[in-house]
Amino acid sequence: MGGHLNINHLMFLGQGALWTIGLSLIALIGGGIVGFVIALARISPLKSVRLAGAIYVQLIQGTPLLVILFLGYFGLAAIGLKVSPLVAAGASLTLYVAAYLGEIWRGCIESVPKPQWEAAEGLALSRTQRMVKVILPQAVRIATPPTVGFMVQIIKNTSLASVVGFVELMRSGQIVNNSLFEPFAIYAIIAATYFAMCYPLSLFSQRLERRMGRGRSNLAPA
Amino acid sequence: MSLQLDFPAVLERWPSFLAGAVLTLELAFFATVLGALLGTLAAVGRGTHNSLIAGACKVYVETIRNTPLLVQIFLVYFGLASLGLKYSAFTVAVAALTINVGAYTAEIMRAGFEAIPRGQIEAAEGLALSRFQIYWHIILLPAVEKVYPALTSQFVLLMLASSVCSQISAEELTAVANYIQSDTYRAFETYIIVAVLYVILSLVMRAGFWGLGLLLFPRRRRLGTPL
Repeated sequence: MGGHLNINHLMFLGQGALWTIGLSLIALIGGGIVGFVIALARISPLKSVRLAGAIYVQLIQGTPLLVILFLGYFGLAAIGLKVSPLVAAGASLTLYVAAYLGEIWRGCIESVPKPQWEAAEGLALSRTQRMVKVILPQAVRIATPPTVGFMVQIIKNTSLASVVGFVELMRSGQIVNNSLFEPFAIYAIIAATYFAMCYPLSLFSQRLERRMGRGRSNLAPA
Repeated sequence: MSLQLDFPAVLERWPSFLAGAVLTLELAFFATVLGALLGTLAAVGRGTHNSLIAGACKVYVETIRNTPLLVQIFLVYFGLASLGLKYSAFTVAVAALTINVGAYTAEIMRAGFEAIPRGQIEAAEGLALSRFQIYWHIILLPAVEKVYPALTSQFVLLMLASSVCSQISAEELTAVANYIQSDTYRAFETYIIVAVLYVILSLVMRAGFWGLGLLLFPRRRRLGTPL
């Protein structure tokens, strides 16, 4: 147990914070792509595809992220792939985020007023055209506030990547703590850093939601 | 690419898995009950005219909702220790989970309170109900009824989140898995079994809450509509 918190420790924590942001972006982009596929699968006209999507969501939402991380970490190793903690954490978070974003976005797509679907069909648009030109542009508007809100969850959840040895903010805090042994002070700093990352997003999400509330009243079907 | 799975070697530890699952449910149960109380109090506090209490409740809710559970658990764990208080890992885990889920419950309950039509409260005042009666019969119970589905999802998420308590060596399901995989070197099989157990636990919890909902809200059952 040597010394006090100095600038080097803080630099190290800062580096960890950058990795937290990096991992969050990986999870958001990867999870967004897979989640979009899940959302489409959940509203597919084919029953088997709908069922497959539903099972995926149920399984992932019924499993703690920590266990998914361990499964990713040990599972990829078990099939003979040597993976870094970054890849294991990125892949696990992608699968996890996809299940939640998929459900959120399915709800948003389905909440586009029914007459919009019918009108698009009446204009003889194909299913793809209907989706791309009519439904999705409206669904994106509806989906923005909850997606920004979910980004807060993603940032917080990356802290669990520390248990598979990925050095993000939480893990760098643990490492600093191992040399200083001032757990309360260090974890308070870590908590404050997470708060500084998450709170602006929370506020932004709330503001978007309120603004939506005003805009939506004009959009609602008669 | 050679994947060999040996489930029997891990499954023979089923008594440990079972004990872990039971402890997970216990953690979830205590944290749910205490967190529901704390969250309701915080939601009521946020709605009071005393700006000090309302502000304190807001700070509590926003702080908890914008920091990871893992950090909160460590803070409670080391915070209590640095105050010279020694508690078992189970107690610390329940305390941390309660504080965590309390904040989320508060937000859900607040939405419930806001959904109570103003006219109903005025009508209750007109019928000369006491303040307590109004709060209990007109505001709290109907609010719980409205947000019941959201509350139950939150509590299932809490059960899943309790896996994080393995990091302070509370012997719940994930901690048991960590121990078994380090003992048998069958990590993948162990975590697959644990994942299946968590899915079962969450289905059981959902079914339980559904049954409880039918029992608690007969009005909903009679009308057959979500109120």
